[in-house]
Amino acid sequence: MEIPYTVEDREDTGLNNVKLGIWLFLASEVMLFGGLFSSYVLLRVGAETWPVGASILSVPIATFNTVVLIASSVTMVMAWASLKMNDFGKFKLYLGSTVGLAVLFLCVKAYEYADKFSHDLYPAESTFLAIYFTVTGLHALHIVGGIVVNGYFVGPGSKMWKTAPEQFTNRIEAAGLYWHFVDLVWIFLFPVLYLL
Amino acid sequence: MDTVATLDHSHADHEHKASWWRTYVFSVDHKVIGIQYAITALVFLLLGFILMMIMRWQIAYPGQPIPWIGQFLGDANAPGGIMLPEFYNQLGAMHGTIMVFLGVVPLAVGGFGNYVMPLQIGAPDMAFPRLNMASYWSYFVGGVVMLLSFFAQGGAANSGWTSYAPLSIIATSGQTWWLFGMVFLITSSLLGSVNFIVTIIQLRAPGLTFMRLPFFVWTQLVTGFLLLLAFPPLESAAVLQLMDRLAGTSFFMPSGLVVSGEALDVSGGGNPLLWQHLFWFLAHPEVYVLILPALGITAEIIANNTRKPLWGYRVMVYSLIFLGFMSFIVWAHHMFLTGMGTAISAFFQTTTMIISIPSVVILSALFISLYGGSIRFTTPMLFALAFMPMFGIGGLTGLPLAFSLPDLHLHDTYYVIGHFHYVVAPGTIFALFGGIYYWFPKATGRKMNDLLGRIHFWGTFVCMNGIFLPMLIQGLAGMNRRMYDGAAQYQHTQGVLVWNETIFHFAVAMAVFQLFFIVNFFWSMKKGAKVTSDNPWKATTLEWATPTPPPHGNFVTPPEVHRGPYEYSVPGAVQDFTPQNERR
Repeated sequence: MEIPYTVEDREDTGLNNVKLGIWLFLASEVMLFGGLFSSYVLLRVGAETWPVGASILSVPIATFNTVVLIASSVTMVMAWASLKMNDFGKFKLYLGSTVGLAVLFLCVKAYEYADKFSHDLYPAESTFLAIYFTVTGLHALHIVGGIVVNGYFVGPGSKMWKTAPEQFTNRIEAAGLYWHFVDLVWIFLFPVLYLL
Repeated sequence: MDTVATLDHSHADHEHKASWWRTYVFSVDHKVIGIQYAITALVFLLLGFILMMIMRWQIAYPGQPIPWIGQFLGDANAPGGIMLPEFYNQLGAMHGTIMVFLGVVPLAVGGFGNYVMPLQIGAPDMAFPRLNMASYWSYFVGGVVMLLSFFAQGGAANSGWTSYAPLSIIATSGQTWWLFGMVFLITSSLLGSVNFIVTIIQLRAPGLTFMRLPFFVWTQLVTGFLLLLAFPPLESAAVLQLMDRLAGTSFFMPSGLVVSGEALDVSGGGNPLLWQHLFWFLAHPEVYVLILPALGITAEIIANNTRKPLWGYRVMVYSLIFLGFMSFIVWAHHMFLTGMGTAISAFFQTTTMIISIPSVVILSALFISLYGGSIRFTTPMLFALAFMPMFGIGGLTGLPLAFSLPDLHLHDTYYVIGHFHYVVAPGTIFALFGGIYYWFPKATGRKMNDLLGRIHFWGTFVCMNGIFLPMLIQGLAGMNRRMYDGAAQYQHTQGVLVWNETIFHFAVAMAVFQLFFIVNFFWSMKKGAKVTSDNPWKATTLEWATPTPPPHGNFVTPPEVHRGPYEYSVPGAVQDFTPQNERR
């Protein structure tokens, strides 16, 4: 017996296994970052003083990074749509752009970190910097994960398009859902850490 | 259909034979992974039990050299075989960690869930077989990291299985190992829970609607959601604690903390209560992760051995879902004494009262299921029958703890230890033993020996109560937990110290009775009585419709389900059981 519904949707649930799996995974990710955001709220409410994010961090750089990440989400959708329209060349272009933009985001982030370190601002400095480095660091790890997965699908993983195009499209959709989630976390992180 | 002839089908899969490594070590077959989980977890259970035996010696005879074992513990832990307080703390922390995260949950969910659940829903395998394998190996690595931590500088983690800050932040390096081990275990649980939920929702056989699912599958589904949503906050807490320990942050370190007369050099501004909130947000649902699969196993065994449908199956299912939901909003009843405020205490006390209702409903339904049945007192049934009152004692002794007022007296005493061990040890572990005796014939094709099983059951049953009942008495007298000398230094506990020795004697006796199980387990694998049918217990659920043992891919023909899970003794039926896949 083969495992059913790996590609096609099950009639009564309207889902294939991959899509349900990735949504469940994202639910657990929500709880992971939810725990960290709750910690942020509790620590900030309990603190005697709390710095305005912009006084320590650079808002223009983070705004630029936000644009980069949103753009990468757009190219991610285009990559999936290209597969749906049977245009493999465009798919490679768009998913490649997504990976490139993600790398750009990390480079900017690394510059930000290095800038803080050069001013002797380390996580141990204050609770604000502690939560800043921890949450953005964990987010950056998620970006790295996305780069690995999407890089695989641009490169060696794309061979699957020839043998099982529908399954490959599903995989890109799942990778896309993950990527949008990572993007969304940043959309929360940016105002919370830089603007509030 | 359930004849010996189908036994031969187990060899039908030989055309595409996988290598030995692929078949037995890095297998993607849910049954092999389930057995890997079960065996590893049983080994960890034994290990956790041995740690406990060493502790009980110390409590019973404080300051006396540990016989025989003492010489292997090393001078850093037990010079001259006499245990140091620091080593006692390591044993305490690791006993809890091993039993909960490496023993009971992996056996109940990883073992039974993996082996039985896909069979019960008529699936060929789990939805993501390779993730399943990754889940097991992540668990394995986490376990190895935990074991290696005993050899770290300053020994294993010694801040209790709860790892309360700030103690855990200033603890020796074993705590860092503990945190890394937990990250692996949480990853394993995440991969497993996604897989379980997808499998149950997507891979049910045609006709197997949700209200036709065996109760065990329901418990695995709810458990999957608990693991999926409750563990990540502990992962974030573990990340924060790692930062505190390695990067010098102060998430859990308040300002002005003084340790051994010296002010700590930390930036401060953190909150130790934050750790407790994040920890218990996992660890309370975790309690239900421990108990729900046990309820599921018990329900299967009871329906099968009373030859009756479960009483109130639908009510049980609804209670289960409600219980799963409620378990997320009761966590702070572990924190009544932290000074978090009476309003919050009142809220959590109320939700805790509410969550006891669905638990009582399920347990009552199981009891009522016994009424009027012609009960077969098989070995698995004995364990299932004992599970119910033992879990009942565990649950009822929890009520005084749920109220913030009596909890002032009982908090952190042996009463708490007695309470939750009644839930987990004679509770969950009894159900797990029952499950092993019940599904052993499906996995191996042989029954476990009945006489050895009965000796194992009665011995364990008596000893469990001999161990945990005195703890309730000691706790009521005010004896604190986590005392390496068994509270010998306190005036008010002198009257109950005599029980320490009694408990130790029962613990030794229980160790002896476990030998009957170990011998039975291995002997029966080779020499046990062969089953003459694929359905030796005459059960209704789908796992008994497979060949014995089930081959890779499980079913010879894809099963179809035509009826509910427990059609026993249906009036007018040919036999006293009607399998789910039998046509109407």
